[in-house]
Amino acid sequence: MADIASLPGGNSPWRSAGRFGLYFLLLSFGVYYILPLIVVLSTSFKDLDEIRNGTLLSLPAEINLESWRYAWSEACIGVTCTGLKPYFWNSVMMTIPAVLISTVLGALTGYALTKFKFPGANMVFAMILFGCFIPFQVVLLPMAQSLGFLGLANTVPGLVLVHIVYGLPFTVLFFRNYYVSIPDDLIKAATIDGAGFFTIFWRILLPLSPPIIVVTIIWQFTQIWNDFLFGASFTTGGGQPVTVALNNLVNTTTGVKRYNVDMAAALITAAPTLAVYVLAGRYFVRGLTAGSVKG
Amino acid sequence: MKTNPMTEQSLPAKRPLSDWLRWNVAKLVVAPTFALIIFFVYGFIAWTGYVSFTKSKMLPTYSFEGVYQYVRLWKMSTWHVAMENLLVFGGLFILIAIVLGCLLAVALDQRVRAEGLLRTVYLYPMAISFIITGTAWKWILNPGLGLEKMFHSWGWESFSFDWLINSDMAIYTLVIAAVWQSSGFVMALFLAALRGVDSEIIKAAYLDGASLSRIYLVIILPTLRPVFLSSFFILAHMAVKSFDLVVALTGGGPGNSSIMPANFMYEMTFRRNQIGLGAASAMMMLATVMAIVIPYLYSELRERKHG
Repeated sequence: MADIASLPGGNSPWRSAGRFGLYFLLLSFGVYYILPLIVVLSTSFKDLDEIRNGTLLSLPAEINLESWRYAWSEACIGVTCTGLKPYFWNSVMMTIPAVLISTVLGALTGYALTKFKFPGANMVFAMILFGCFIPFQVVLLPMAQSLGFLGLANTVPGLVLVHIVYGLPFTVLFFRNYYVSIPDDLIKAATIDGAGFFTIFWRILLPLSPPIIVVTIIWQFTQIWNDFLFGASFTTGGGQPVTVALNNLVNTTTGVKRYNVDMAAALITAAPTLAVYVLAGRYFVRGLTAGSVKG
Repeated sequence: MKTNPMTEQSLPAKRPLSDWLRWNVAKLVVAPTFALIIFFVYGFIAWTGYVSFTKSKMLPTYSFEGVYQYVRLWKMSTWHVAMENLLVFGGLFILIAIVLGCLLAVALDQRVRAEGLLRTVYLYPMAISFIITGTAWKWILNPGLGLEKMFHSWGWESFSFDWLINSDMAIYTLVIAAVWQSSGFVMALFLAALRGVDSEIIKAAYLDGASLSRIYLVIILPTLRPVFLSSFFILAHMAVKSFDLVVALTGGGPGNSSIMPANFMYEMTFRRNQIGLGAASAMMMLATVMAIVIPYLYSELRERKHG
């Protein structure tokens, strides 16, 4: 944006007032976005008396980790009272293989579709891309039937399969669009030197790929970890991923409602993706803009 | 589209064996992904489409019954509530998120201090699940101990905020939470585009005496038309798919007052053993999404041809 402040008339009192208004606006919205996190965090540190007697914004008297411990290892999800722990591990076991496999398949497919274009490659890409747009409701029923048929209903491998399949359109899109911008001459030169499909991929494309690999992994990780629809549709009881367990924990009311435990559980569920966001925010944003399907 | 030099090479009949192998390697590599998509996307849509024309209840049946389920669906008041909610929620959510995202992007583009920090704060909700967003806002908006109590303790005794348990207002709590989650993303889209605006034009207009607000309204915003369009389509797409947020924040209630089509579909399919009806509602959702996506893709492709 143009550096208007450096232009003539850039220092009038009106401008100072304008700057003040600008910062006021920016900070107010900063508060709007950050306040829920602060409220949730501070609630998770309070005990129930503090919650009943204080307000949303009153700070906890001390950092009390009791509700975190309870949410992690004791809280009741439905009828079993194991805390979030086993479900958190379900999510880990589901997310890691699904992210890795869908990323590898996406990279190879994107490579083959751009650098070894066969007749109809664009049509194949368009057909794969269509998968980015469908509302998943339209595949829930046959998927539930198929998982049952394969003996994968209510299992982590079943969810891994689901997430690979419906993550593929995105990973193919990411890699395809990235590889399209890599000059074909590189590949041609290597072909003349006698390098084959996989050698070219391994020696030439892969060393150029780290940025898009990071973007894809972060995108897939966030999508799969945060998924609720597939988890809620295909699992029950002990097979649930952590998002589904969190929802059940919050909506299981036996006796007193422990808001502090709910909030601690929400933060435990959010922790992995928030950590990724804080550590690799730049790539996260790039994935969002690429994943929003800009063709 | 530029053709790959190798594509032309592949057309003549005579070519070395190694070349032939290479083409097939590419096809073989694409095959598993393509097969998965054909089966799990196209095959499954066809299956759901077919089931929507049957009287399937708890288990799928395959005798064709025409549009029976669709007639039934459109006679159900719950489905009408869900579609109306989608309109109200989608309209407000899209409008507010775009206005807010655009405003924040313009504000952030004024060479402000701590821009990186502010951007991080605006965007972090996008990293978390709608289930967490719903859980957090459910606590904040709960009528007993949440916002209401806070205002009471500040001396505003008559303040009342019962939207979560008020069937006329529950749908708006979804708008609040969804805007909170997604407006930072719209901001990021706009900010990226603003960074691409030619600053010379702006300087020239400024030196000609145009005010800053006029420069934005008349010169810059019109050039952002593609961003407005893509934000609109992306948010509309998100609105139609809304499911988790409703489950976590309102549970579709009170009653069915804040139910959305995705929740209706889930309820019919997995809770009430009305598979045929669930399939019909899923097909209606697909049609809605396609009505949004096809013009979007069309406009994107056309723009790229002209641009």
